[in-house]
Amino acid sequence: MSLTKPADSVPEVVPPPAGVAGRPRRRTWRTAVRRDWQLYSLAVLPLLFFVVFRYLPMIGNVIAFRRYSPGGDLFGEYWVGLRYFKMFLNDPTFWQVFTNTLIIGGLTLLFCFPLPIVLALLLNEVRTRWLKGFVQTISYLPHFLSIVVVAGIVLQVVNVDGVVNQGLRLVGHGAIPFIQEPGWFRTLYVSSEVWQTVGWGTILYLAALTTVDSDLYEQARIDGASRWRQTWHVTLPGIRPTMMTLLVLNIGTFLAVGFEKILLLANPLTYPTADVISTYLYRVGIVSGSFSYAAAIGLFESVIGLTLVLGANRLSRRLVGTSLW
Amino acid sequence: MTIQPTRGYRAFQVVNAVALTAVVAVTLFPFVNIVARSFSGEQEIRSGEVGLVPRGFTVETYRHVMSDSMFWTNYRNTVVYTVVATIISIVLTTCYAYVLSKRQLKGRGVLVGIAVFTMFFNGGLIPNYVLVSELGLRNSLWAIVLPNAISVFNLLVMKAFFESLPVELEEAATVDGASTYGTLLRIVLPLSKAILATMLLFYAVSFWNSWFAGFLYLDRQELFPVTVYLRNLIAGATAGADQTAASDSALQIAASIQAVTIVLTMLPIMLVYPFIQRYFVSGVMLGAVKG
Repeated sequence: MSLTKPADSVPEVVPPPAGVAGRPRRRTWRTAVRRDWQLYSLAVLPLLFFVVFRYLPMIGNVIAFRRYSPGGDLFGEYWVGLRYFKMFLNDPTFWQVFTNTLIIGGLTLLFCFPLPIVLALLLNEVRTRWLKGFVQTISYLPHFLSIVVVAGIVLQVVNVDGVVNQGLRLVGHGAIPFIQEPGWFRTLYVSSEVWQTVGWGTILYLAALTTVDSDLYEQARIDGASRWRQTWHVTLPGIRPTMMTLLVLNIGTFLAVGFEKILLLANPLTYPTADVISTYLYRVGIVSGSFSYAAAIGLFESVIGLTLVLGANRLSRRLVGTSLW
Repeated sequence: MTIQPTRGYRAFQVVNAVALTAVVAVTLFPFVNIVARSFSGEQEIRSGEVGLVPRGFTVETYRHVMSDSMFWTNYRNTVVYTVVATIISIVLTTCYAYVLSKRQLKGRGVLVGIAVFTMFFNGGLIPNYVLVSELGLRNSLWAIVLPNAISVFNLLVMKAFFESLPVELEEAATVDGASTYGTLLRIVLPLSKAILATMLLFYAVSFWNSWFAGFLYLDRQELFPVTVYLRNLIAGATAGADQTAASDSALQIAASIQAVTIVLTMLPIMLVYPFIQRYFVSGVMLGAVKG
């Protein structure tokens, strides 16, 4: 994730004089282990964690190509080829949840990516220190809540007896059962996402804003640029690397949208608009026990996710010279 | 900044102040509403009277929820899970971050790559579920602790911090004959109190708030963390809402009970929040700038 690549290996050993033939430039593994075995030993448990709980499940995805029965072999019993992939590609429900994922992911990106930038720009114009600090403290608050608490709050607020409906009644509108209406789910999801993430999302931008060279503003002013033009021509280009980095990361998690929150907020009535790939595969796999079928869907999702982040990163490097690695 | 602000800019400042006030109001509004509901009578909630102030003020619901021994069992579980998971996470993260911070170490690039790759590609829900089940971790604390023991983001934050420490100190210790373990424990960690506190908070808040692992791997109610307790209340309520016109009293109690449980679940976080907020902010910045 580095924006500035630190100078790699600091030469702490004087390189051998040129002409000493046959001497390897880098230490061999044998000498490295003998010298640094204590360091390597510290890495053993963490590596065990990564192998068992991160890489083994990746390999465990072979059950997408194999017949698996619960309680049987971790990696399934026999090969069935692409059977499960063909199954979900011919499953109309899969395409429905796929579309839902794209729509909810797209809407989330559309609102949750730019709004923190706007809020950060507004906060940056506040000259009163305590006021700025106060707004920041309040707006970060929802980030620290459990998703269960957020879902609970949302459900209470938009309930038929909740404050939103009280407001509607005040303007003479009938109550809307938001929780049961498929047409309202996306609005509900995206607004709760905005409520929870926008404040916290400003942190990196506020940090980036402090690094914009003040001489540039001075020059722009001398050239007669208005505040607005200064923002457009100096501030925004100054935080562009941060914007691109976060955009790439957002695109990478595009398909994995809000699994836990949707699981908590949706109900069978709202599935037509609320159900996304991850919640669908949860129900098919874990609730109904079709592990291989769900694993196939999950693998499809992971591969697309990886492709998206690689693609976005490449594009970002090509276009603006910023990349995650 | 000696130039007189223009009229347009002054107008902007006013608009800005209004906009930011609106942000604060919108952020706080749901909190205030939930607290108001938690102190209101069921009747008043159901008839849609509760806004920003409690109606039919009562603490009976609090008494009711707090007299449920399962609530306290689950609350205690959350505390235990959070403490154990945080300790294990801190130890593993510190060890690995320290190793990764050694620039001259052979194979360091591979070790970094192993961790970073998992940020962008993961096994997915089903293989993880199958693995945890086959390892026999279901219905134990380890199903919650182990699969999330290291957060790669936290790892990179800590690695960046260790890299920023002056090398001379550690070199001096090595010259004095200290082992790697000794250097880490006696030289590096005492200098890293700030980052350790940040990591502690990152992990503790995330484990305190987590619910899905508990929901997925725990079958017995007395093992649930309090978030799963709350989730089941909410799920009961949404399931109940499907059966329209269900007007039994159990459902009516549910609304105020939900509000109370929400308040009690978020209370510890809210109480420490003013003190921990800046550690989080500095941690995120460190991770972003150097990670």
